[in-house]
Amino acid sequence: MIDKDAKFLLEVRGLSATVAGVEILKGIDLTVRAGEIHAIMGPNGSGKSTFAKALAGHPAYTVTSGEVRYQGRDLFSMAAEERARAGLFLGFQYPVEIPGVSNSSFLRLAYNTVQGARGKDELDPLEFDDYIKEKMRLLEIPPGFIDRSVNDGFSGGEKKRNEILQMAILEPRLAILDETDSGLDIDALRVVANGVNHLLTPENACVLVTHYQRLLNYIVPDYVHVMEGGRIIKTGDKALALVLESRGYDWVIDEHRAKGEEAATA
Amino acid sequence: MSTVLDNLVNQPYRHGFVTDIEADTAPRGLSEDTIRFISAKKNEPEWLLEFRLKAYRHWLTMPEPKWPNVKYPKIDFQNIIYFSAPKPKKLASMDEVDPELLRTFEKLGVPMNERAALAGVAVDVIFDSVSVATTYKEKLKAVGIIFCSISEAVRDHPELVRKYIGSVVPAGDNFYAALNSAVFTDGSFCYIPRGVKCPMELSTYFRINTQESGQFERTLIVAEGGASVSYLEGCTAPKFDTNQLHAAVVELVALDNARIKYSTVQNWYAGDENGRGGIYNFVTKRGLCRGVNSHISWTQVETGSAITWKYPSCVLLGDNSVGEFYSVALTNHMQQADTGTKMIHIGRNTRSTIISKGISAGRSNNSYRGLVKIGPKADGARNYSQCDSMLIGSRCGANTFPYIQVHNDTAKVEHEASTSKIGEDQLFYFQSRGIGTEEAVSMIINGFCKDVFQQLPMEFAVEATKLLGLKLEGSVG
Repeated sequence: MIDKDAKFLLEVRGLSATVAGVEILKGIDLTVRAGEIHAIMGPNGSGKSTFAKALAGHPAYTVTSGEVRYQGRDLFSMAAEERARAGLFLGFQYPVEIPGVSNSSFLRLAYNTVQGARGKDELDPLEFDDYIKEKMRLLEIPPGFIDRSVNDGFSGGEKKRNEILQMAILEPRLAILDETDSGLDIDALRVVANGVNHLLTPENACVLVTHYQRLLNYIVPDYVHVMEGGRIIKTGDKALALVLESRGYDWVIDEHRAKGEEAATA
Repeated sequence: MSTVLDNLVNQPYRHGFVTDIEADTAPRGLSEDTIRFISAKKNEPEWLLEFRLKAYRHWLTMPEPKWPNVKYPKIDFQNIIYFSAPKPKKLASMDEVDPELLRTFEKLGVPMNERAALAGVAVDVIFDSVSVATTYKEKLKAVGIIFCSISEAVRDHPELVRKYIGSVVPAGDNFYAALNSAVFTDGSFCYIPRGVKCPMELSTYFRINTQESGQFERTLIVAEGGASVSYLEGCTAPKFDTNQLHAAVVELVALDNARIKYSTVQNWYAGDENGRGGIYNFVTKRGLCRGVNSHISWTQVETGSAITWKYPSCVLLGDNSVGEFYSVALTNHMQQADTGTKMIHIGRNTRSTIISKGISAGRSNNSYRGLVKIGPKADGARNYSQCDSMLIGSRCGANTFPYIQVHNDTAKVEHEASTSKIGEDQLFYFQSRGIGTEEAVSMIINGFCKDVFQQLPMEFAVEATKLLGLKLEGSVG
């Protein structure tokens, strides 16, 4: 939903970042307003996941230039956990396993930490149990799920559902989902999409990093961005995703190069 | 990541202070005269002096063990004070205990009087080698349980002590056990008569006090047929620059259908960040399942000491007897630990379980060393071992040395091992959900140790959880 008067949630200006000394992001610009859904697509190695993790504050990524404001605050002055407490959520492409830590205690600690930061009351284990059961019902997650260790021995699909469950519980202002759709069968994809659609309100926003158009059949984006070589090289509406699905990325890249050459010769 | 990890692990030792109580001290050094001095001080019978002298003469012929995976400067056994004790006093109640001593316990967070009463725990306090106060003795006496210092036991129940001392760990068993047998000053004695279930957890708080005084504890626990007891041992020590040697011996004897559960939380001074000071903890702990269906269970949470050399073991002599070892060993800074267990299966259908969790941080080195031995007559014996290591940071080490000797082809022995690392990806996962790194580490570590903590009595489990959190503060980041 596009509302030009809506508040800016995320303003990225000329963001460059390196991993182990290699420059992966080379000047990204992106503006996300409340209520919007953005899809970031692009070939492998174009920097999509790096962008998502750099925003969430992964220590392996070094920001070399540019500026990011999140709800008006300088994002890079905030520690990763502060960003999460301020409502930024990253859904991981490969969620890590944490043997021995039960999913329910992990989720409750995360929930209570974020609630505390919002000045709201924490829930005791029984209250939290009621709260989480309701969310699980919505996401069609079986009850035994939260008694297992965090992601330990989960199938690929279960891990992704767990990410969506966490998102549903934490109710973020800005959710960045890094290829949450990859490796999901069609039923799981529908469930994940339900979760995202359920989250969306005029106050929230979502950035979907995805490889495939098919997720966008369930979650309709307001903007589709194509990323290549660490930059966003094209932005369109939902129709762009369909064109990308049938024609691939090469034409966008060619078009972008041609523009660049024109600019150089002009 | 190291800054946060470092800050977490580098919490200064909170129990570092010295209590000033006038000591009655033996001259420095070890000789037959020192041993006679100790024995005379304690008014011991002739047989015990003979036991000590025999052990000493044997010790003189033994080389110091070199096989553990630990390094330390040569110990000068002539530069140790082998006996120091507070002035003897007759204490009828807790009110008469030296207030200085009580304050020490307050500082340690062990308000002995209240704690003992509230928790229903009888505390036999060892303070620099001599028992100062024994509580709840009367209540235990009513069911026929003897729980006292080993010195009192020698005086009041010499026949029991004489029968069992050295029966599990012989005087010449190993270098440090021989040394202990020669010079042990005090410790605990516990006797549970036939068919009695001990109505409360028995607990001892140890504390090493006089600077440079070696501490040689001797503990003997005997459970007669059908008896059962749960024994807790908790330790802290003040901070010193010179190393303190601690060489204890613990012997457990379980007769037919008896059950002994021995739990330890150990938090002795581990030395500073650069490895200066700290306790050398060279301990021999062994349980003998002498009777059929007997059961001995060791649970330990080892977080302190500069060097730990310790293998609580079970000798499974009785048919169908069961031995268990549950261990968490945490090392940080320059700490070195070489710890594990021995399960010696002699009787038929004997079973043993080993669950070992090693956590290494800083520049520490943590080794698991375990022996599972199945004797030729141990038909149907079974063992399950699981040894997991966790590394925090990249400068520490973890090793596993499992020894398996099977002399009976009906036996079944399983060994599993894993190594994991608290990496930045795990921590980032917590952070991205709003959880700070300290809480994340504490949650990961507690999850890692869950199988062991579940074996601890509840209060101890809470203490252990806090202790690990404290020990790792500053180590993750």
